[in-house]
Amino acid sequence: MKKRVLSLLTVAAMAATMFAGCTKDSTSTNAGKDNSAAGDTATKAEDGAAAELPEDTGKVLNIQVWNDEFKSRVENHYKGYEKVDETHGKIGDVEVVWTITANEGNAYQNHLDELLTNQESASADDKVDIFLVEADYALKYVNSPVSMAMSDLGITDADLSDQYEYTQKIVKDENGKIKGSSWQACSAGFIYNREFAKDVLGTDEPEKVQEAMADWDKYNETAKKVADKGYKMCSVNDTYRVYSNNVSGKWVNDKNEVVVDKNIDKWVDDSKKLVDEGAETTTELWSDDWSKGKRASGKIFGYFGPAWFFNFCLDADKEGTVAADGGWGFVEGPQSYFWGGTWMCAAAGTDNANLVKDLILTMTTDKTVLKEIAMDDQDCVNSKEVLADLAGSDDGNIELLGGQNPYAQLAAGAEKIDLSNLSEYDQGCNEEFQKAMKNYFEGNADKDKALEQFNKAVKEKYPILK
Amino acid sequence: MNKKSKVVRYNKWGYIFLIPFVVAYLAFQMVPLVSTIYNSFFENFRSGLTQIGPNYVGFENFKTIITNGDLPLYLKNTLIMWIMGFVPQILLSLLLGAWFTDPSLRLKCQTFFKTVIYLPNLIMASAFAMLFFTLFADSGPVNSILMQIGAISHAYKFMSHIWSVRSLIATMNCLMWFGNTTILLMAGMMGIDPSLFEAAQVDGATSTQIFYKITLPLLKPILIYVMITSLIGGLQMFDVPQVLTNGSGDPMRSSMTLIMYLNKHLFSKNFGLGGALSVFMFIITGILSLIVFKFTGKEDKDGR
Repeated sequence: MKKRVLSLLTVAAMAATMFAGCTKDSTSTNAGKDNSAAGDTATKAEDGAAAELPEDTGKVLNIQVWNDEFKSRVENHYKGYEKVDETHGKIGDVEVVWTITANEGNAYQNHLDELLTNQESASADDKVDIFLVEADYALKYVNSPVSMAMSDLGITDADLSDQYEYTQKIVKDENGKIKGSSWQACSAGFIYNREFAKDVLGTDEPEKVQEAMADWDKYNETAKKVADKGYKMCSVNDTYRVYSNNVSGKWVNDKNEVVVDKNIDKWVDDSKKLVDEGAETTTELWSDDWSKGKRASGKIFGYFGPAWFFNFCLDADKEGTVAADGGWGFVEGPQSYFWGGTWMCAAAGTDNANLVKDLILTMTTDKTVLKEIAMDDQDCVNSKEVLADLAGSDDGNIELLGGQNPYAQLAAGAEKIDLSNLSEYDQGCNEEFQKAMKNYFEGNADKDKALEQFNKAVKEKYPILK
Repeated sequence: MNKKSKVVRYNKWGYIFLIPFVVAYLAFQMVPLVSTIYNSFFENFRSGLTQIGPNYVGFENFKTIITNGDLPLYLKNTLIMWIMGFVPQILLSLLLGAWFTDPSLRLKCQTFFKTVIYLPNLIMASAFAMLFFTLFADSGPVNSILMQIGAISHAYKFMSHIWSVRSLIATMNCLMWFGNTTILLMAGMMGIDPSLFEAAQVDGATSTQIFYKITLPLLKPILIYVMITSLIGGLQMFDVPQVLTNGSGDPMRSSMTLIMYLNKHLFSKNFGLGGALSVFMFIITGILSLIVFKFTGKEDKDGR
């Protein structure tokens, strides 16, 4: 008798665990349904004329980011923001929670996907209100109902009219609606060490240095001279973005096949030659070895970088760096390109729509705030007016560039950027391509083998690709 | 009649005490195991924000894994790195174990040294790998020292050569685990009847002879146990190479282990292929576990 009760008990326990499994399944399918429902309501809202925002009910404003750049911008420039600790703040009565997830290996995107697909079932305090995206994968979120159109937030085209066109093109969905806004125009160029330029080229004048690297042929010649003097030009991973921004087609074609563009192929061949000649290194971006060029002892000629690089990556606040002595110069480089840039997106289902709207407007369109950001953080801000203003005045002179005013070049670069060949697979493809090619550059594989490995790695990352 | 029911009533406590284990086992072992096998028959992954599947595809995932040639390659990498770490580890442990248990040496501060050799195992593997990554970076301290003493003229790129990366991983695994192995082997050595050693000494055997003719043969069951557990641990090698190579297993994936490969599939939420790979690993590990059972079972029969 007792035994039977016991066996019943065990059976019940087993059944319970089975049901536990079932419930999980059903919630995940529900989440999918809810998601499409959210999309429906979003389209309905679009039908109505002027979007009337519901009153804010959320007590917590959740912001998803991958580093602390935007956080420090808000801390320093958004009035009414009170810092509580490293990941918490307050705007009025609303608690602001920053969640930082590192970008690498698609970790940030995976984290975001998880949250956004479960947005509907999340409790009010856990709902994502704002998430930030980068150009590499912006399309994925823009072409999905998880992000809100700016017009649904009550932000008009007129509000955004002073922004550079490319920054809006990246975040336009299939119907032409703008779904994000950025405070940065990240046109980029080459940042060179003035002292080394004098040694190699006999001058550190930006115009002359630009001449020495006006196109890739000249750049490669200069790199050879740089190597002869015992310096390294930069890392192959630095030049990568310059090539990959000037491609003639997307990474993935309509048939879901991965295509290596000829400009990217040119990067492989040019870089292999330069690495073999000892003119470029193969260090990973952000690694210790790559960072040593921030000091003269590192013997690195320069970095490819945009304006945020000045403030964020050159360690100007540390003693003995080239930046601290104002030893850098800035030129446009061989091809115009952009790097990074952060777009603010409003998550569908936010319960703080008015606050979100105000944050987006203040941080990305308010000219006083933008000028402040440009002056304090040397960011190249997303406002034609502010940039023109800075280019024409001493306010735009940057100390770590030895007093050079780079804003005219930055503004010119921002006008030229063409982003018609972005795809939602860019981050994974770019990352894996560089990783795989490193094997070729270092002589551990021939080009075909390295390409094969790239194909393999990309398919692991995106199983849908062929 | 009365007596028997008392025994039964008493025995019920045995079952009651078993419940936590059974429940935990079912919830955390059996259910995941079965669902992994179940999942391996489906095409089930996420592309961007759209979920593909689950669609039943039969043995398609298994076919993919067998035909793309990755499984044998990564199994080979894993085994190579395991052997490179295990051989020095077992030699070192045998030596240390013999010294520690030899009463004629009268080693001082034994407890201190036993603690010290066990310490590397207490460090998190990822922290340990990060430390090595920094030490052996192109402009790291190891390269600086080698250049300063004039051993090399240019920085040696430890992370760009197949065998240097594999050696670093093997070294780390060896350093982390030799303390643990030493303690296991010492337990085995101390279990050997001391009169055997005395008898051998009386017969005039040298210490080398004693080690090879008495200690080693009697240590065999423990040695086999150590070897098999270490092999299973080695098959699951993940954190050290993952952190050291930044998840790439480069150069040319020559240091990519099976679990790192599995991690790649799970990271892109490809549960079908990941499940199929796990099933293969389950089979491999299962075969090895069977070998353990066989050896230990045989030993019991012989010993008693």
